[in-house]
Amino acid sequence: MLNVLKSGFFTSVQDTGRFNYRHKGVPVSGSMDAVATSKVNALLENDSDAALLEITMTGPTLEFEKDTYIVLGGADMNATLNNSPISNYCVYKINQGDILSYGKLSQGFRAYLGVKFGFKTESILGSRSQYVPITIDACIKDKDQLLYDPCPQFEPKIQALKIAEIADQKVLNVSKGPEFEILSDRDLEILFSKSFTVAKENNRMAYQLEETISQHSFTMLTSATLPGTVQLTPSGKLIILMKDGQTTGGYPRIIQLSTNSIATLAQQKSGETLRFKLI
Amino acid sequence: MRSYSITTKPFGKQAILVEWPKEVDSEILEDIMSFVQFLKQHCLDNKIWEIVPAYNSLTLIQRSGTVVYQEMDVLLKKWYAEKTKTNSALRFLWRIPVCYEEEFGIDLADVAQRLKKSTNEIVKLHTENPYTVYGIGFLPGFMYLGGVPKTLEIDRKKIPRLKVKQGSVGLAGKQTGIYPQDSPGGWNIIGSCPIPIFDPRVEEPCLVNVGDQIQFYQISKAAYDLHKIEATVGIYQIEKVVLNA
Repeated sequence: MLNVLKSGFFTSVQDTGRFNYRHKGVPVSGSMDAVATSKVNALLENDSDAALLEITMTGPTLEFEKDTYIVLGGADMNATLNNSPISNYCVYKINQGDILSYGKLSQGFRAYLGVKFGFKTESILGSRSQYVPITIDACIKDKDQLLYDPCPQFEPKIQALKIAEIADQKVLNVSKGPEFEILSDRDLEILFSKSFTVAKENNRMAYQLEETISQHSFTMLTSATLPGTVQLTPSGKLIILMKDGQTTGGYPRIIQLSTNSIATLAQQKSGETLRFKLI
Repeated sequence: MRSYSITTKPFGKQAILVEWPKEVDSEILEDIMSFVQFLKQHCLDNKIWEIVPAYNSLTLIQRSGTVVYQEMDVLLKKWYAEKTKTNSALRFLWRIPVCYEEEFGIDLADVAQRLKKSTNEIVKLHTENPYTVYGIGFLPGFMYLGGVPKTLEIDRKKIPRLKVKQGSVGLAGKQTGIYPQDSPGGWNIIGSCPIPIFDPRVEEPCLVNVGDQIQFYQISKAAYDLHKIEATVGIYQIEKVVLNA
């Protein structure tokens, strides 16, 4: 078991997501920064859908009850293992009783903790990703215990990766969305030349942006949306749906973020600025 | 069955959108659902593709890999032309109990007053005809129902409630529906359904499919309490009728 001594601001179990239920209104969920989590699981030689902890803004304090190996990734929260600093994308051996804790957020917004074989919390509808009401809780709480299989011995093929941090990339690559054509020339110019600021309304469901483009009165029938879909409200506000985003919507879907750009956005917090680039 | 002119649009690198004429029309929906059935049976690997129908559209989402739009566009149009030979999936009419007592229908009296009818007339109008499920989304198990009689159309509440209870049955504009879980909401609440429409604890968490129909019927508070217990212990069976046997 992993004992949650302190849960942090918002720490949840996530895997690659919950597929095949979108037609029943169930969001896909899964890790927001899938680029980081795939590297973490690769270093641990885990299955790509092994469950990790997604740690937002302020980290937890965790105690390991069994020997294992861990890898951290994503945001830099100055993590320490038994009070000694440890780095992202590096395999560490964990002994029974070790304490992992986090310090100040210094880069990015979401950090990941991967454990050898992945966390073995309950799988519901094919995924361990926490999302209410599919799971009872949206995130882990103090005193929770998370199951993992012990691993006394593991010789990683690669011990550590040196990676340019994704949080430094401030450009979101997008393709045209289904309702791209409703954008005027002026809107297109604003959209692809100005920078946009992440609003304080940002979470696993959606990121809103502070700047607006033109108001519109285009109406459409409710239709499917995806993680990374950028919706335009009638007042000209841009809403970028993320992993827990609703599966259908009635606002025009003007542009669509690439998978890597969803990961980039997941590492931004309110007040940070971004640009869109049409590819 | 009629055939329509369909169009496709790229939707990012992992999805493609297919659209029918922009109308709320049960025949269009039926055509979409028979295409879904055909695609699932003959064309697409269900382990790789998810299909999300709603109103006049179908979105095909690939779990991994990239959709080559030009190729899929040609294939989808070819498949659509071939589809007429297949049968539709079974469609059901689900009979859903609703208790309209004041305890649950907290806005029923207000709705009656605004529409200049008695509460009994509102209940009668609401339960008279079946509604078509045009989409499931917004929340897990939330059904977009079409077919609200003109005489029941009413503006949503000016100030939305921060919490509407799970099971609440609401009216707003041309829409009616059941809140599948506690959530904020601005619909006028006229009753409550004691049985869960969405249950994540079973493999098929939502029995209703897009294209099905919902018929509400009035129950007493005593029947509400009984069905609630039956649903909790897992012995309640929702009544259903096959529509296209």
